[in-house]
Amino acid sequence: MGKQILLEHINVPGIHTFDVYRKTGGYASVEKALKTMTPDQVTEEVKESGLRGRGGAGFPAGLKWSFLDRKSDKPRYLVCNADESEPGTFKDRYLMEKIPHLLIEGMITSSYALGARTAYIYIRGEYMYIVRILEKAIEEARAAGFLGNNILGTDYSLELYVHPGAGAYICGEETALLESLEGKRGNPRLKPPFPAIAGLYACPTVVNNVETIASVVSIINISADKYNDVGIGKSTGTKLISASGHINKPGVYEIELGLPVEEFIYSDEYCGGIWKGRTLKAVVAGGSSVPILPASLILKTAKGEPRLMTYESLADGGFVSGTMLGSGGFIVMDETACIVRNLWTYTRFYHHESCGQCSPCREGTGWMEKVLHRIEHGHGHAEDIDLLVDIAKKIEGNTICPLGDAAAWPVASAIRHFRDEFEYHVKYPEKVKNPRHFEIEPMQSSYTLAGTVNA
Amino acid sequence: MAKVTIDGIETEVPDGTTILNAARQIGGALVPPAMCYYSSLKDTGGKCRVCLVKVSQGSSKDPRPLPKLVASCRTPVADGMVVQNITSPDVLEARKGVVEFLLINHPLDCPICDQAGECDLQNLAYEHGAANTRYEEERRTFEKTDIGDKIKLHMTRCILCYRCTFVADQLTEERVHGVMNRGDASEISTYIEKAVDNEFSGNMIDVCPVGALTDKTFRFKSRVWFTNPLDAHRNCDKCCGKVVLWTKGEEVLRVSARKDQFGEVREYICNECRYDHKNMKDWQVEGPRHIDRHSVISQNHYEKIDLQKLKREIDRQLIFQKGKQLPEANESAS
Amino acid sequence: MAEIKFSDETLALVHRIVKRYPEGKQKSALLPVLHLAQAEFDGWLDVPVMDYVASLLNIKPIEVYEVASFYSMYNLSPVGKCLIEVCQTGPCWLRGSDDIVGHLEKRLGIKNGETTSDGMFTLKTVECLGSCGTAPMLQCGAEYYEDLTPEKIDSLLEKLKTSGERSTYMKSRV
Repeated sequence: MGKQILLEHINVPGIHTFDVYRKTGGYASVEKALKTMTPDQVTEEVKESGLRGRGGAGFPAGLKWSFLDRKSDKPRYLVCNADESEPGTFKDRYLMEKIPHLLIEGMITSSYALGARTAYIYIRGEYMYIVRILEKAIEEARAAGFLGNNILGTDYSLELYVHPGAGAYICGEETALLESLEGKRGNPRLKPPFPAIAGLYACPTVVNNVETIASVVSIINISADKYNDVGIGKSTGTKLISASGHINKPGVYEIELGLPVEEFIYSDEYCGGIWKGRTLKAVVAGGSSVPILPASLILKTAKGEPRLMTYESLADGGFVSGTMLGSGGFIVMDETACIVRNLWTYTRFYHHESCGQCSPCREGTGWMEKVLHRIEHGHGHAEDIDLLVDIAKKIEGNTICPLGDAAAWPVASAIRHFRDEFEYHVKYPEKVKNPRHFEIEPMQSSYTLAGTVNA
Repeated sequence: MAKVTIDGIETEVPDGTTILNAARQIGGALVPPAMCYYSSLKDTGGKCRVCLVKVSQGSSKDPRPLPKLVASCRTPVADGMVVQNITSPDVLEARKGVVEFLLINHPLDCPICDQAGECDLQNLAYEHGAANTRYEEERRTFEKTDIGDKIKLHMTRCILCYRCTFVADQLTEERVHGVMNRGDASEISTYIEKAVDNEFSGNMIDVCPVGALTDKTFRFKSRVWFTNPLDAHRNCDKCCGKVVLWTKGEEVLRVSARKDQFGEVREYICNECRYDHKNMKDWQVEGPRHIDRHSVISQNHYEKIDLQKLKREIDRQLIFQKGKQLPEANESAS
Repeated sequence: MAEIKFSDETLALVHRIVKRYPEGKQKSALLPVLHLAQAEFDGWLDVPVMDYVASLLNIKPIEVYEVASFYSMYNLSPVGKCLIEVCQTGPCWLRGSDDIVGHLEKRLGIKNGETTSDGMFTLKTVECLGSCGTAPMLQCGAEYYEDLTPEKIDSLLEKLKTSGERSTYMKSRV
């Protein structure tokens, strides 16, 4: 197993309690930052480390921090995005449930760097049992003097609160999250202005994912140089991958960025290969919003080079033959999985989660779901396939927020790489009326099985 | 001040002006349509995506193009910005897509809808849409309801521009209706049985771009192009009192606020002026309202043509075709 | 009709929650307070309950209705004592969530979206709950029930029936 930065102590009994966490070196980054570094030095260190947002967008975290309006005399806020609702992603839940103090330590160090006196953790409402775990950990940290007034005897004070959502994937988008934090409907705002200038209550705000903030702890502890020794090129450090689907060992794995995809899928240290002795058919590598890739293209790029778990390598080939690392929600499918039905569950998801503000997403997501429903249930027409591609094209890029793109990319990529499966559904409606159609008779398609190159 | 070039024509506007307003200053065919933006209501715009334009040069300082199409009604101009509206095929494609999306759940109510002839969606579809629909799925439906005893809501027709909620927030004392649910189940509603009857609530009818909110006192009375619109005013202590009377002979069928050349009301009127004075004698009539020649409402009107004005307009259009800087734009009310 | 009012304990909690946000921004407390209201008043938000929350937070009732109808965890009509929420999105579907729903429909004698005639169980399919590695799974109250099999479901239903308690997201609040 590669270097474990975030999950190093995950198996120490009692690591979720303050005492055990502190004994294993917890809160050292707070001491180091508050006592020996200025806020700007902390930001520089995060910039140097090359840490990229771990929620899905992959935007350089230090750069985002540097955009914060430090000239305004309005209060500044750090908000942790714990809304984790991207299908296939469950790493933040794992982290917060098992080592809550890692997130809290990260929040304190990060808030210090940003000059925030109040910070919020916005956590999805379905994780309500984790709200209690976090609140308990916050109380422990406060009792030990790491939160509240004059932390560790310095003149830095911080109040940290947990705020639950109530069931809306769109609140994972940072401006919709801020709207929800303000007690309103989760409607994304137009950008600009960006939250770094006018965010929560129109004050300068930084919104970061749970894993991003947790990573700040190690960066300060071991230094940016050591952090970016791990990884390759612009993909530095480690990433938590949520592996699910048709594999032997689903779960959360911390990998060094740069790990070959083939090793991740087949090694016993990670996913342990495809279950039930079956063969790999397709992978959605970074949460449902990223393009789906057939086995041949997930293991190797179109040029024939081995695909690595990095931002750059997964994106090699653009949307023609590549995908994205995204949130690291790694969903694996074997030959019995129906790509059309799988896609339908995702379009149904986006249709359900659209906030409804802008016309392309509001109407388009519903339209795509209805067409896919027809195709999957044996009522598709040949024209429906190109219609879907066109609808996806008309949504992409024309919406207020990326949910429109997230709804369009799976459709466009599924048809690009598995068009014959859609045509099969149109041609054999009676066969596909049984939802288990590919379990009964897997489709031999041009996606090809693992190891061979696509024609 | 900032200089911006739209479809080849340069103009100078105060800092902070949006691309849409800069285009409106130039006037003519290059003005993007707008279904949710409303100049006299704060914070509107950005939702319908009809006004999307291409920014091929961000500014003189940073000439990189913007990666996506932007909503011109909410994007401020930067000095040296170059914008493409109808000269960009991408923009026209996107606009056609948005029109199609707006129409998939919209019922084919034109034959029975009061808004016909002054409907932004009809105009938009005519100018930018496709002749046929590809949508063969079921449409989402709602029951017709009354919002208050003077406003009818046909939620099936609503395109969720949210303008009516802004009117309620900004012009009346208390908003009692809002948007329920989300996605395409979104519904304008009071949620409970409650009348919307604040003094300026009738303006929702004027701001609604489609036939979702209509005046019950005018319902089914006449097609708008058979009426005679007259500018009129009265002394009102609650509002400006300046209205348009839509008449047939001596009968006042409906009273509405005055819309500018972009179809937007600048001065709102109170409910009393709108509903309670349907008698010609209550009003000081100023004269026939000028209706733009290309609006269907002008079909049955003959008006004296101002030759000078017509010549200026033709000259403007010719210069626009050649892509040179325009002389000062005309005012033309619709 | 009985007046809607939080218990003293809940009211104290509401005031603590409001203090987390800056002066004048008490509307931020709306989401957490609606969760409390739903838990205290039979698992759903009737209009008088929402009006009460509006008055507590000094905001307009319409603002509460809009928010309550936007978010999927708020129930705007009555639900059974145990709301069984089964995840139906891709990764769970790949591991057999369709069969889980089918089994529950058979056991409970109702279809997805319905409530049993004794008012005990409501079955509802929901979107990704962040438990894809232990799929298929369901949520009931604040608890996640993962790696489901028909046997595990049967014993869960037994347990819930015997306890007879209303499931809530808000058990043992700090």
